[in-house]
Amino acid sequence: MKKFKEGFINSIETMGLVDGPGIRIVIFMQGCPLRCIFCHNPETWKNKNNIKLTSKEIVDEVRKYRPYIEMGGGVTFSGGEPLFQSEFLLEMLKMCKKAGIHTCLDTSGTGYSKKYLDEILKYTDLVILDIKAIDLENYKKITGKDMTSFNYFKERLKVNDNKIWLRQVIIPTINDNEEYILKLKEYIKDFSNVEKVELLGYHTMGKEKYKKLKIKYRLDGIDDMDKEKLKELQNILNNDLKYNK
Amino acid sequence: MQEWEGFKGTKWKNNIDVENFITCNYKEYKDDDKFLTGISKKTSKVWGKCKKLLAREAISGVLDVETFIMSGIDNFEVGYIDRPSEVIVGLQTDAPLKRIVNPYGGLRMVEKSLEAYGYHLDKELETRFKEFRKTHNDGVFDAYTKEIKLARHNHLITGLPDAYGRGRIIGDYRRLALYGADLLIESKKIDLNNITIINEDTIRLREEVSEQIKALELIKKMAFRYGFDVSKPAKNAREAIQWTYFAYLAAIKQNNGAATSIGRNTTFFDIYIEKDIEKGILTEEEAQELIDQYVIKLRLVRHLRTPDYNELFAGDPTWVTESIGGMLDDENSLVTKTSFRILNTLNNIGESAEPNLTILWSKKLPENFKKFATNMSIKTHTLQFENDDLMRPIYGNDYAISCCVSALRLGYQTQFFGARINFVKVLLYALNGGKDEITGDLVIDGIEPIEGEYLDAEEVLKRFDKVLAKTVKIYVDALNIIHYMHDKYAYESSQMAFLNTNLEYLMAFGLAGISIVADSFSAIQFGHVRVKRDERGITNAFDIEFDYPRYGNNDDRVDTVAKNLVKRVYRELKKYPLYKNAIPTLSLLTITSNVVYGKHTGATPDGRKAGVPFSPGANPTQGADKNGALASLASVAKIPYKDCCQDGISNTFSITPNALGSDDETRVVNLVKILDGYFTSGAHHLNVNVLDKNLLVDAMNNPNKYPNLTIRVSGYAVNFNKLTREQKEEVISRTFHEKV
Repeated sequence: MKKFKEGFINSIETMGLVDGPGIRIVIFMQGCPLRCIFCHNPETWKNKNNIKLTSKEIVDEVRKYRPYIEMGGGVTFSGGEPLFQSEFLLEMLKMCKKAGIHTCLDTSGTGYSKKYLDEILKYTDLVILDIKAIDLENYKKITGKDMTSFNYFKERLKVNDNKIWLRQVIIPTINDNEEYILKLKEYIKDFSNVEKVELLGYHTMGKEKYKKLKIKYRLDGIDDMDKEKLKELQNILNNDLKYNK
Repeated sequence: MQEWEGFKGTKWKNNIDVENFITCNYKEYKDDDKFLTGISKKTSKVWGKCKKLLAREAISGVLDVETFIMSGIDNFEVGYIDRPSEVIVGLQTDAPLKRIVNPYGGLRMVEKSLEAYGYHLDKELETRFKEFRKTHNDGVFDAYTKEIKLARHNHLITGLPDAYGRGRIIGDYRRLALYGADLLIESKKIDLNNITIINEDTIRLREEVSEQIKALELIKKMAFRYGFDVSKPAKNAREAIQWTYFAYLAAIKQNNGAATSIGRNTTFFDIYIEKDIEKGILTEEEAQELIDQYVIKLRLVRHLRTPDYNELFAGDPTWVTESIGGMLDDENSLVTKTSFRILNTLNNIGESAEPNLTILWSKKLPENFKKFATNMSIKTHTLQFENDDLMRPIYGNDYAISCCVSALRLGYQTQFFGARINFVKVLLYALNGGKDEITGDLVIDGIEPIEGEYLDAEEVLKRFDKVLAKTVKIYVDALNIIHYMHDKYAYESSQMAFLNTNLEYLMAFGLAGISIVADSFSAIQFGHVRVKRDERGITNAFDIEFDYPRYGNNDDRVDTVAKNLVKRVYRELKKYPLYKNAIPTLSLLTITSNVVYGKHTGATPDGRKAGVPFSPGANPTQGADKNGALASLASVAKIPYKDCCQDGISNTFSITPNALGSDDETRVVNLVKILDGYFTSGAHHLNVNVLDKNLLVDAMNNPNKYPNLTIRVSGYAVNFNKLTREQKEEVISRTFHEKV
């Protein structure tokens, strides 16, 4: 009997309607190399927890929802950082593709094993890439890491010609200004095959979790991103935005 | 018949067969909603007056009651809202929202209702009625056994229609429009003459058919007061809608059934509307005006109820359920322009709890209609969706929903409504030797109490089966008595007149609390449950030592328990002969009574504390579903409908707008996919509320800010302000699927 790989997952959300096209089964995987200041899932940072499942168990769970996901939906691997368990992730992606399930990777583009990356991208139908920042200084400030890993991922995306949705979290006082959005617009030209760019408003809903986990919250004093302002910025971004196809 | 000129088909001309008329003549509509028009001047005037009256009614609870005349098809003078502007006419009494006294179901209920709202029945009328007439309620209590009375008193069997009209009957009101009263009378007379073998059953049937004929004569008279001759078929769209409404109006003048649904009329009306538009005698504006005004009339239906009743079924519901859409066969849908027009009433005259607009959903419905219906659902939270692909093979393509979830083949079937048992008490009685955990009464005898500190699954199940078998017997006895007496003392001749003489009867049994019983069994099996008992030796608290799988997470370990529980109940029900050879059906539906059930029920082995509300219908327990919405839906979808829960499986689904999608268009697309997926999985029913929980909290604290906020509860829509504080809190405590 085939032995399936095991991995750590945080939870499964069976009705994700905003993480990829259609109805998605979202697998929140455990472990992340980054420590983003706005992270609202700090419980996924640790490499291990007590939910250890095989790739088959997870894909079987996904298959249960076939009637919902077969019409333009699918599975989304999120986290944490799904690339953090690259080998495990790859096995699940292959199994999903074999079963005809649309696959989506919700990632920061870091934490992967180089050895598996190209193959992972081969079995991924859509990459949702979270751009943390567009320059090294801010990237470091936000994630605690440098951009080497991210930049390599960006290159491999181009080579593998993956379809991409870009995401950028907008945080009051940090990047909620027109100037930044215009720079971002320029930066996006570096990517090919982008289908859409979404600005996500920072929110404080994760704060409670930090208290429970006894981790210091680093954005104290910063409020939720104003919805109207976010819309404005999204309009500025969308205005005349031409994606490289 | 000259009224039939231009209509195709012959079968329906030789027999009473509305279904065949529709199949031969309707025009499917697959395009979008762009043809729809706004509110007409006349409708504005009529609705403007209604709004004022409704606001006045909202303050006092009851606007007016007719206390000098009793219920009856032709007992009231004509009534209007704004006569020159009304294109569809007819009110229950001589004034809008003025309620009828209907003593035939039970006089005590009438007296209690009148007293609660500060009215008195005319003394002479009351004395005469008491002297000469026995009621349904009197009859029932003459026949009830002491076991039934005890089960009823202890809330083991609840909500029985033994003191008011049973409802749930749907007359095929379209028959009046298509055939006219004279042909229907002629046909009933033939039926009557064909009943020649005389025995107890046929004597009763002959009397009933004679009553139906009298009812049809009275309907002619009633319509004539309004200036219409319904003895002949309707000639045009306005008449078709008016005739159909008159037939329904007769039903609600004569009866006060809990749920009096109107059937499935839009495709039928559309045939007449299309014909008139083609002839150039009707415009789109006028067509919409007819539908808007038809709906206004349905929004004004009222019955006189007691405050107790309101606690069970909040918000003065009447369940004027109108079923819309569905498929004709595997290829063609029954969606017409009028399916759009009736949903457009929510735009033109605003959201409203009634009529109870029900979409018969199939994956194969035209995409444009699916999108329009889901969009209206997102905007107004007033629609419910039911699985046409599941029901059509059983009931054919011309069925309608009665009340919330009960399908009936129009004209061929009717229902004996049976409310429900408190399923959770069945379990608690199994633990407590048949004694009620609140009163301490011995309700079910012959049950050995369970004595150990920890509960053993096998032992509990054995006792449970025993209690269940005895409870079902009592329940069946009660319903047989109720429907025998209802036919005898409060027969609904005006509704039965629009049904076939030889009917198939469904006796609708129900369960409340499935999620608690399933979770309790799961806790006993996986959670190591320790029992605490009070000084009477009756359970009053439970400690659960380990996590256990809970219903609502798509976990077969417990979902199978739920499934097997309902199968067990249905197996028991099938053991007994039923009144008029009825076929038993079963539902998982609570309406808003889940709150009251909880109040009267002690602590349970799943960890629920005494007095905490049940979840509604077949919903997982509030907060138990932790794997996201699809897992919750999937658990409910596993409960078998066909040959088991065929009276309906109600599920209420609440999701925040942000979780459903990032913009309006995506929300519509996603909701269509959720419904397609849910119903393809074999599920039966879904109420959809796309709402923020905070909005409801705000509405609870500031009711004046939200006078028209309507939400779906189990099986119907209700104005949020009309719920009791406890019911509001329960609705807010339910699982809202949020964005993660």
